[in-house]
Amino acid sequence: MSAPGQATGEQSGAHTQPVPDSPGTRSVGAASRLDAVGGEGQGGRGRLRAAAGTGTVGSGGGLSAGRRGLWSRLDLYGSPYLFIAPFFVLFTAFGLFPLVYTAWVSLRAWDLTGDAGFVGLDNYSRLLADPDFWNALVNTLGLFVLATVPQLLLALIVAALLNRPIRALLLFRLGVLAPIVTSVAAVAIVFGQLYGRDTGLVNGILGLIGIDPIDWQASRTSSWIAVASMVNWRWTGYNALIYLAAIQAIPRDLYEAAQIDGAGAIRQFRSITVPLIRPALIFTVVMSTIGGMQLFTEPLLFGQGDVSGGSLRQFQTIAMYMFEQSFQNFDYGYGSAIAWMIFLLTVIVGVANALIGRRLRGGTQ
Amino acid sequence: MRRQPLVYLTLLVSLILSVFPLYWLFVVATRSNDVIGDMPPPLLPGGNLGENIQRLFGPEAEEAHFARGMLNSAIASIAVTVSVVFFSSLAGFAFAKLRFRGRSALLLAVLATMMVPVQMGIVPLYMVMVKLGWQNQLQAVIVPFLVSAFGVFLMRQYAERAVPDELIEAARLDGCTTFGLFLRVVSPALRPGAAVLGLFTFMGTWNEFLWPLAVLDADNPTVQFSLSQLATQYYTDYTLMFTGTLIAIVPLLLVFVLFGRQLISGIMDGAVRS
Repeated sequence: MSAPGQATGEQSGAHTQPVPDSPGTRSVGAASRLDAVGGEGQGGRGRLRAAAGTGTVGSGGGLSAGRRGLWSRLDLYGSPYLFIAPFFVLFTAFGLFPLVYTAWVSLRAWDLTGDAGFVGLDNYSRLLADPDFWNALVNTLGLFVLATVPQLLLALIVAALLNRPIRALLLFRLGVLAPIVTSVAAVAIVFGQLYGRDTGLVNGILGLIGIDPIDWQASRTSSWIAVASMVNWRWTGYNALIYLAAIQAIPRDLYEAAQIDGAGAIRQFRSITVPLIRPALIFTVVMSTIGGMQLFTEPLLFGQGDVSGGSLRQFQTIAMYMFEQSFQNFDYGYGSAIAWMIFLLTVIVGVANALIGRRLRGGTQ
Repeated sequence: MRRQPLVYLTLLVSLILSVFPLYWLFVVATRSNDVIGDMPPPLLPGGNLGENIQRLFGPEAEEAHFARGMLNSAIASIAVTVSVVFFSSLAGFAFAKLRFRGRSALLLAVLATMMVPVQMGIVPLYMVMVKLGWQNQLQAVIVPFLVSAFGVFLMRQYAERAVPDELIEAARLDGCTTFGLFLRVVSPALRPGAAVLGLFTFMGTWNEFLWPLAVLDADNPTVQFSLSQLATQYYTDYTLMFTGTLIAIVPLLLVFVLFGRQLISGIMDGAVRS
């Protein structure tokens, strides 16, 4: 709770002293009071309790008639369901139903000509024997590693630096966050030009130090590096801010005690900071996993909108393969089977990451 | 203190790496095509931005339908943002502050849906759209996104802290109905959290790519779809592509400049809580 917040609380507390007569206006008063505090809890606790007290005094005559009682009972017990209903209705229609329906469609031979009936697990067995699927799987996992590991390590370093007493803090924070407000398509277009073979800035700079131009799209390694750099660029600052928040929640005296024990900055970082921000680490790893398994836009636009991801499919991800099968070959059944594989993959990689995270805990304690 | 210069140097390098691609975007958008690929590269803006914008909205780039894309995205983003913020606040408040049977089970359901990548349902969602006759209609990129599990969760977390139980009891004893309670007492308290949710929802909808590409046609695109048209149909015309990209991120840059602090505190706050 910041000092300015408390000050505001004090002021607004002062001008709400005279309690109005009618219950209705009193609620409005309470509302504007909370608004002034900005909803930031504790500063105003005592005052709010006082408001609650006066409320009890004023309410005696209100709920007498039986019909009104029924009405308010209905309101009391029914309203919560009414409030959450829109979410569940819309989510069921456009979120849950499509998911379940995907499973159903994936068990059928269904293309542009229509639904040709139930085929059991045929789509899945075809998938397992499909070299293009395995290629896309390898690409997705490879890109995930290249895009996530440097991203999270860099974010950790930037967060540690931003936590030091430095000038122009807001400038640096805003600066590292700037990439996140850029749309994925924008990132892909700018980086696509930077990595251009003939006119790209990256090859231009490499040329200055005597390296021949690289055809970034041509090989698997170079295209992976290019695509991964887009993801790294876009998300590093975001993760750094998440780590920074976690670091700032660590009690200062832990560091002071470590300092007295003669632990250096690096040692403190390894033995205090990293273990204590583990929840934030796990959160970012899980988010990166979900994003990484669905990688689509960056490689698509890197290859000028070609869903096959290069002439040899060298950077086609699973999401791109799903899109190709569903919306270019109109093989809905097969596309749905691929969609389920993406889900399965997300779960497997997510669980694997969680297990690794647990191992880390065992190691540090 | 000895290491302080190193700290600044590292941060400065990160800052330059973060901002340079955006600056480069601006530089290329203000140039003409013949300087692209020059070595050393043009590092200062030129005077061609006006001309490039005219080309973008003119007949030369008509296949990108850029103006239509901007308008569609503006409508969709605003509609989705208003709806998500309203329904998330309502449900988040109910989950945080109201007692009802099945509350924890239903909340768990919301959490579980957060883990599911909705993207993978696009094939059947597309089939639903075909059934409804919504292909290439703007509502296809709006209606499925009117609620968000993440939003409900976020507002529930926020309401938990921001709305004191005493205040709710007081209003109840005053004879306030539950919805009146929400409107007059709770929603003012939720406003800062709702603002952050709104910012992220707006940015997310504006940036949505895969679904519009699947369900819309090139003549009725969203802005990101228009960008991909620029990048595929006119991929040799870098200044045109970059000008489109620059215009497309103007609303995001505005959000960033006006609400950068709130975005930072939103990200940092959400992380500590989750």
